[in-house]
Amino acid sequence: MSDTKILTLIEAVTAALDHEMGLDKEIVLMGEDVGKNGGVFRATDGLQQKYGDERVMDTPLAEAMIAGLSVGMAAQGMKPVPEIQFMGFVFPAFNQIATAAARMRNRTRGRLTMPITFRMPYGGGIHAPEHHSESTEALFAHIPGLRVLIPSNPTRAYGLLLASLRSPDPILFLEPKRVYRMVKHEVEMNGVALPLDKCFVDREGDDITLISWGAMMHETLLAADQLAKDGVSVEVIDVATVAPMDMETIFTSVRKTGRCVVVQEAPRAGGLGSEIAAEIAEHELMSLIAPIGRVAGYDTIMPYAKMEMQYMPSVERVVEEAQKVLKYV
Amino acid sequence: MVKKPTKATSKKTKPAKAKTKKVKASAKTEKFKATHDELMHYYREMLMIRRFEEKSGQMYGMGLIGGFCHLYIGQEAIVVGIQAGLKDGDATITGYRDHGHMLAAGIDPNAVMAELTGRATGISSGKGGSMHMFSTEKHFYGGHGIVGAQVPLGTGVAFANKYKGNDNISVIYFGDGASNQGQVFEAFNMAKLWNLPALFIIENNQYAMGTAVERATGRADLSHRGDSFAIPGKLVDGMNVLEVKAETDKAVKYIRSGKGPMILEMKTYRYRGHSMSDPAKYRTKEEVQKMRAEHDPIDQIKDRLLKSGKVTEEELKELDKELKAIVTKSADFAQASPFPEPSELYTDILIEGEA
Repeated sequence: MSDTKILTLIEAVTAALDHEMGLDKEIVLMGEDVGKNGGVFRATDGLQQKYGDERVMDTPLAEAMIAGLSVGMAAQGMKPVPEIQFMGFVFPAFNQIATAAARMRNRTRGRLTMPITFRMPYGGGIHAPEHHSESTEALFAHIPGLRVLIPSNPTRAYGLLLASLRSPDPILFLEPKRVYRMVKHEVEMNGVALPLDKCFVDREGDDITLISWGAMMHETLLAADQLAKDGVSVEVIDVATVAPMDMETIFTSVRKTGRCVVVQEAPRAGGLGSEIAAEIAEHELMSLIAPIGRVAGYDTIMPYAKMEMQYMPSVERVVEEAQKVLKYV
Repeated sequence: MVKKPTKATSKKTKPAKAKTKKVKASAKTEKFKATHDELMHYYREMLMIRRFEEKSGQMYGMGLIGGFCHLYIGQEAIVVGIQAGLKDGDATITGYRDHGHMLAAGIDPNAVMAELTGRATGISSGKGGSMHMFSTEKHFYGGHGIVGAQVPLGTGVAFANKYKGNDNISVIYFGDGASNQGQVFEAFNMAKLWNLPALFIIENNQYAMGTAVERATGRADLSHRGDSFAIPGKLVDGMNVLEVKAETDKAVKYIRSGKGPMILEMKTYRYRGHSMSDPAKYRTKEEVQKMRAEHDPIDQIKDRLLKSGKVTEEELKELDKELKAIVTKSADFAQASPFPEPSELYTDILIEGEA
């Protein structure tokens, strides 16, 4: 008996945190302005009032400390949920995430686990430069011992965050800030988590596979709509759990369509799109009818204001790339 | 606290290279009360660490220990004195010079030596090595290779103690080198803001690898590091196990009463190089020799024990033999143990199975 709520992505984040905090006292939130102010994007709105400042803690602007304390807390069985205000501010904490959180299970042979969910708004969409807008998920996806999740819509934000809060592994939960209030979903408030290691096939088709994650799922789905108008049967995959990545779902789709395009907001070189393309080339070369297409941000620094939309892959670019791949014989 | 010697007597039979004068070794310990059993305990624990570390050095020289190896020789009084002031449930965390901390915490020497040599029977099953050893049973949270990075971790452990409402404290060891790391100050700030049960121990062995404290900071008296955070600090002679114990008792009492964190700067000295590859250009042999001759933590207690007349030189020699046998056994155990299976490469990375 669960009710349904119409939620934005950010409201879904709040709802998942609220749900799990109500069940598990070991979950505490910490970060810059997450308490009294409810977070700069209001992800933790109302939670301090509800759970008290012992469980929803404002911290100073000190990311290395936020991550470091989280590791220590997790070592004692707590489940901290640190918020890094913008993903671009994560670098002072990079050391603790990469060299402590990600490795503690291995070093201790599983005696210590790191049930930490590092939440952070990520990607472009607010016309701010660099660290407020960049997509650096590949840096973290490269690190063994970490999971990296990127929900593309409110339903997935709710289900994946629940899964994340229940997982004993350290997780980077990247919230595409452009989608925070872009769409609303009817989300069942049933407390059911989504799987942590499974891609979502959002649309089934036979002619071509479009693969994306995060905010770019919206451009990708719009591109699929346009292609469908021309009679193309498009399969769309939301990777969502970008590390570790469920390649099997992607291979299955490529075996069916023989053509694919990977769409990412991050710069092109060395991104996750490169990894997906390499995996497909390595394992499914004979299934391919055409070379793998890639649409990505440019290999440049995330620009400011108006130039942002020039950087971002557009629906047109996705359609164009898909048509190129479709034409190949 | 290394002061100029005031008196000279010579006990060491070893010919000192430089003409160093020797204080009566027990002089500094005399103002502290300790029972015979306590003295014997400290002596045994410190000597155990020293013998273990000497063996580790040999094992490294024989190529049996991979990578790096940071020996604790000279600093034994610190962990032994502090450990004696803790209770079961108190947590400890330290950097990479961690073998002594593990032994003092009561962890099986076999498991430590096997880990140093990368064997499957090691405490991290041969996957952690000398810098990454843990014991949840003994509340020992490592063993960390990044200078200073364990300080916020230990502060998080203290947070969890407070959150869970137990009266355990978290003892966070780091060196003079780490004391210049930015995140150490971030951790101090939080520890005081939230009055966490954290005891910060600065093991000032006077050299961060090859850089003397005075060449690394404008204010070398590190016990003042907490001043701007309102964390009290105290300078302690880290070569004198009785002083370490006495100051630990006071600090632990203060912290357990809920008053918040405290800093103890333990002035000490490491006899060996920073790691096994150390060009030793930053100090003279005479300086090291002088420290060994005049301030050795083990000699200080040995001297006092012998003077008490409650134990004979012979009995202490027997004890030494016993400890050497334990250490030899740990080395044999390690060498007889298998290396981890190749399949171990992929274990304990992420949870397997259900999400």
